[in-house]
Amino acid sequence: MTLEQPKQWRTTISYSEEMRRSIEKVIATRKERMKQAFPKLKPEEKKELLHKYHPDYKPGTNRKIRVGPNKGDLVVNELGDIIESHSRINPEKINIKKIDLQTDVLVIGGGGAGAAAALAAHKQGARVILCTKLRFGDSNTMMAQGGIQAADKSNDSPATHYLDVMGGGGYTNIPSLVQALVTDAPSVIEWLENLGAMFDKESDGTFVTMHGGGTSRKRMHAARDYTGAEIMRTLRDEVINQGIHVIEFSPAIELLTDADGNCVGAMLLNMETDEYAVVSAKTTIIATGGSGRLHCQGFPTTNHYGATGDGLPLAYRAGCRLAFVDTIQYHPTGVAFPELISGQLITEKMRSLGAQLVNVDGERFVNELETRDAVASAIIKECVDRNKGVRTPGGLVGVWLDTPQIDMVKGPGRTLRLAPAMVRQFKRFGIDIIKDPILIYPTQHYQNGGVLIDEYGRTNVPNLYVAGEAAGGIHGRNRLMGNSLLDILVFGRRAGLGAAQKSKSATGGPPTFNHVTRFHKELKKAGYSPDRHSPMILPDYRTKEAKIELEAFAVKGWE
Amino acid sequence: MEHLGYRLLRGCGCRSGFCGACATVYRIQGDYRLRTGLACQTPVKEGMVFSMLPFHPATKARYNLKELQPNAQSLVRYYPELMRCLQCNSCSRACPQDLQVIDIMAAAMRGDVSTAADLSFDCIMCGLCATRCPAEIVQYNVAILARRLYGTHVAPRSKHLQERLKEMKSGRYDQEVAKLMKMSTEELTKLYNARQIEVEVA
Repeated sequence: MTLEQPKQWRTTISYSEEMRRSIEKVIATRKERMKQAFPKLKPEEKKELLHKYHPDYKPGTNRKIRVGPNKGDLVVNELGDIIESHSRINPEKINIKKIDLQTDVLVIGGGGAGAAAALAAHKQGARVILCTKLRFGDSNTMMAQGGIQAADKSNDSPATHYLDVMGGGGYTNIPSLVQALVTDAPSVIEWLENLGAMFDKESDGTFVTMHGGGTSRKRMHAARDYTGAEIMRTLRDEVINQGIHVIEFSPAIELLTDADGNCVGAMLLNMETDEYAVVSAKTTIIATGGSGRLHCQGFPTTNHYGATGDGLPLAYRAGCRLAFVDTIQYHPTGVAFPELISGQLITEKMRSLGAQLVNVDGERFVNELETRDAVASAIIKECVDRNKGVRTPGGLVGVWLDTPQIDMVKGPGRTLRLAPAMVRQFKRFGIDIIKDPILIYPTQHYQNGGVLIDEYGRTNVPNLYVAGEAAGGIHGRNRLMGNSLLDILVFGRRAGLGAAQKSKSATGGPPTFNHVTRFHKELKKAGYSPDRHSPMILPDYRTKEAKIELEAFAVKGWE
Repeated sequence: MEHLGYRLLRGCGCRSGFCGACATVYRIQGDYRLRTGLACQTPVKEGMVFSMLPFHPATKARYNLKELQPNAQSLVRYYPELMRCLQCNSCSRACPQDLQVIDIMAAAMRGDVSTAADLSFDCIMCGLCATRCPAEIVQYNVAILARRLYGTHVAPRSKHLQERLKEMKSGRYDQEVAKLMKMSTEELTKLYNARQIEVEVA
């Protein structure tokens, strides 16, 4: 890519006059700001900021779960809606005697965790089926930009990494999971190197590493700002090379259990033909990812179209315990302008590279490398409480991320080299982030919690494993940048290995939907309407008007 | 489209320009030229007529990287049509990432996998180049083979990573981590707040 003008026919969207006036102030303060060291928040200041401004603490955000293994625990409303929900199938009416496919290991989900699990299980000699609801590789992994953490430099250690993770998560993380995360990290990087994934390196092979919010050492390994995409396309290529059976456009819509409550596979739905398929599996791995598309509290999201948290209701109905489902991560820097791409991710790497956050008057208000929960809260405070945000013509509000500073700090041309995706994203609309700052606001980014797992990826339901964003406990109440790409590979591989080994000895009985019947009874007892169904599979962005018109003709398939 | 009542299944993915699911061809009425773009990154325009490509039926070779060398023979062995390139540049014109796909293919034909890997790094594998190629090359699959060959055989290996792996194997950090695992929140908080933060050197 060159820095020439965008292709002529593309629509350009430029800053309004009001925004331009604010940019003048940003430019005026830039020189001074670049010399300024903004103090880090003291622990008590951070606590107060979070409690006052973080969306997790907004009254009415959470509710108590009334059915299932986590009865009495708090849950974010939108997650609660999919968890305390009826199955899409009627257990009395459906015939599961006929087995359509048989395998040792069934992997549900075709993102980074699913692909890593499939490769690990395949390596053990297990027969593997990987099913996914869109295309293989369509996932949040593909969209991760900034990097992957691993303590592999001489001034760093797994113990230092451990401490950063615990502090970032508010000391709530489960220690054995954090131990697994930080001690597997170097070998995960080696695994990726062996698969041919390209990382940013010095000429002698030294990894170029950076800080992320809340890290005490520079341990963020990156592949420009396509880190997740590079990992995902490499894993996908390898899964195909290995000849692993991949089934696309076929989400799992219910798990199968035997009379003893062991998980024995899943029922898939072909979204294009509306056909069901019963997959009998000795062990099953849920790697269905996150839930940004639930749009908690109406926030936009950085997440993939398919990020509807499907694995949680499946696992919950089968009897799995959940953890930390009362907390969501809001990424501090989502796009606020152009509105067409609002909510899309601006990688934290931009801040690692030296771009500062400034308000309408060109003033800084937070240290950019605080943890994400703190930075997001500070931005909300600046816009909502102090009224120091910048308004867009469409009525959104945001603060500036002063991207031209990157070339000034790191040298001319570095933004383009280190963050080509970000340059391109805005260039498409005629905005040059090397010359002008960009407007941002927090956006729903990551499901901190999920299904409770142990360090081998096991759940409390026998023969059922969970890996990736669908799992909970690793990151506590707040995840650090670069620990998600790490987590999906560490626990994807661990779950794949464990599931393959277990599949040699697992003996399940004939499949039933007993767990669904039982759960439906509980829902009825709690007074829940039978109209609510999950998994959601895909979000629905059709306007009300369009839907009413269509209603008369609607054929209810997977939607 | 969703505002008109369509529910998207194929042709929709990350909605952020990273996954390549929404490759689209379109024409503006009155203009002869067939244009290409990612649906999620292309504003709707008056007179636009478009069709999304659900997928491109491409060949994808299966290979074992360890058995291959980073050269032209490896690429041509699996994608012999590469040599049919007419240098017409249709691929570059179709690329929604504005990559110079023609240069990537030229580097691949020369066996310069390093250049092919570097130039193709921002490829999102949407398939638009391959749909326009008169020589029926699948540029994005050639490119990922080049990148993986570069990553496995050409890119310099990291010494510090190997050092660390050796240390991990010898159990050097086990005790330190185990000690932290047993600590109370108060003890951890104290340590965390006293951390030395590595300074940024420009």
